[in-house]
Amino acid sequence: MPVDFHVPLPDRTAPLAAGGILGWMRVNLFNSPLNSLLSVVLLYVIGWAGWRIADWAIFSAVWAHVAPEVCKENPDQGACWAFIAEKYRLILFGRYPFDEQWRPLLAMFVLIAAIAFSCDRRFWRAWLGAVWLGALGLFGFLMWGGVLGMSFVETNLWGGLPLTLILSVVGIVVAFPFSILLALGRRSHMPAMRAVCVTYIELIRGVPLISLLFMASFMLPLFLPTGMKFNALLRAQVAIVMFTAAYLAEVIRGGLQSIPKGQYEAASAIGLGYWQSMRKIVLPQAIRAVIPPIVNTFIGMFKDTSLVAIVSLTDLLLATRQAIADPNWRAFFVEGYIFIALIYFVFCFFMSRYSQHLEIQLRSGSRR
Amino acid sequence: MAEPPIIQLAAVNKWYGQFHVLKDIDLEVAKGERIVICGPSGSGKSTLIRCINRLEEHQQGKIVVDGIELTNDVKQIEAIRREVGMVFQSFNLFPHLTVLENLTLAPIWVKKLPKQEAEELAMAYLNRVQIPEQAAKYPGQLSGGQQQRVAIARALCMNPKIMLFDEPTSALDPEMIKEVLDVMVELAGSGMTMLCVTHEMGFARTVANQVIFMDKGEIVERSPPEEFFSRPKSERTKLFLSQILHH
Repeated sequence: MPVDFHVPLPDRTAPLAAGGILGWMRVNLFNSPLNSLLSVVLLYVIGWAGWRIADWAIFSAVWAHVAPEVCKENPDQGACWAFIAEKYRLILFGRYPFDEQWRPLLAMFVLIAAIAFSCDRRFWRAWLGAVWLGALGLFGFLMWGGVLGMSFVETNLWGGLPLTLILSVVGIVVAFPFSILLALGRRSHMPAMRAVCVTYIELIRGVPLISLLFMASFMLPLFLPTGMKFNALLRAQVAIVMFTAAYLAEVIRGGLQSIPKGQYEAASAIGLGYWQSMRKIVLPQAIRAVIPPIVNTFIGMFKDTSLVAIVSLTDLLLATRQAIADPNWRAFFVEGYIFIALIYFVFCFFMSRYSQHLEIQLRSGSRR
Repeated sequence: MAEPPIIQLAAVNKWYGQFHVLKDIDLEVAKGERIVICGPSGSGKSTLIRCINRLEEHQQGKIVVDGIELTNDVKQIEAIRREVGMVFQSFNLFPHLTVLENLTLAPIWVKKLPKQEAEELAMAYLNRVQIPEQAAKYPGQLSGGQQQRVAIARALCMNPKIMLFDEPTSALDPEMIKEVLDVMVELAGSGMTMLCVTHEMGFARTVANQVIFMDKGEIVERSPPEEFFSRPKSERTKLFLSQILHH
């Protein structure tokens, strides 16, 4: 009897989409009369606004480092970047002694180098902690000085971008592990542990960061024995770490909840203890699942550091306001704010892009 | 005098809330014995084997595994888990680790083997389940049958004295059931003590020394397979067998 073997059909290529920019526009912008009308109107508005902004910021702007009067008499009424040229040292470094400002500049690069170094996954080893201790030590050494012929600079003179960066970086580096412990504690089977963590998270999350900063700065000293002084920068830093950790703990708890029970059981069944299974099985997956909201929290915290202005720390924003306070240049506050907005944006955009990069990199391996 | 049983359950009771899931379970398993446990869903068969490595906690009675009594003592629980391997219905491989890393994790972190030694061991077991070429892949890139074979190899890497199987083929496509059963048959031939919750009656017939039928939290019947299938003692067993064998 003849055996009938099934012969599979050969694979064929998928039909081509209408190619090119024109094809894309026809499908997406001009696919109906109403959409065509909306597209034309929107393109006109975008083009007009774009031109006005570019004209103000670039073509009609005063770029040379000139006196404020020159800007005010500019017939084209463009931006006055002379303000930035005049004040950028005050904006970037606050009241740090003018002749010593190479030190905060260098300190800032140390921090940025440490961040850049930490971005590479190949360096995520135990010694990265040592690198960070070294970087933070070097930062403090440069900023404080007092040795090797460098004059001593008190933290109340620190300011501008280095201050914003150190508050954020230490905030992230310390709050992150702290928040993991809080999240694990909140899911713990030990009732006392759980109660402590829940109370902490709900209490800290329930008050505005401003009030925490106030409390840390003005109320904490009331409870401390007289004569015992706590550095103002440190107090603000502690408030930021506490606040960020409470928020982050809930984000990480969300990640922990996304891990199926089977993963915990499999980890137990092969003999891993609690900390081992958390470290090797649960946390790597949980944190990966919540990278976007983690970075969201970091970005929010980076911008929230500007609230330290209310406890008299001269961060990037307060330094800018001090620059604007100069009566000669007061008219050009918009330029000042745009300048620091760009600085904030560069850092936030970097964090956002990096998180996307990290997600793709981590996902590439484990497709479920 | 025979060796003492490697697993001993005496008057074990367990409740989920008010639901009495295990009722007065007495069970002794000798070293090298291969036991298949079957029964309708909700009869407590998975709970029973999950009590043996303390994934579930029993509330009354006594469970002794290889001379170690299961109590709340974490050290004892961990000691037992080092001797008892488990294979789950849904594989439960670690999706963020490669196949090789899945296998070497416990040997490196629990048994403190050097990495190279753990990898050699892992490759030996991957060879035994016949997928050494998948070592560098992630679990998500494998078929269900391959994943379950990796899961078996992962449990074997701890060199367990007892293997527990919780419906290992229930989540598999029909074409993949055989490749997993073949591995289990081979393992049975090597003298491993096995407790296997399954409805693969062909497997029970060829491999098991004893077949246990459970219903409503009780062990209804326990007998060698030829007796179990040809002359079941209880009416309930007869009904169950007629339902799973006649379709």
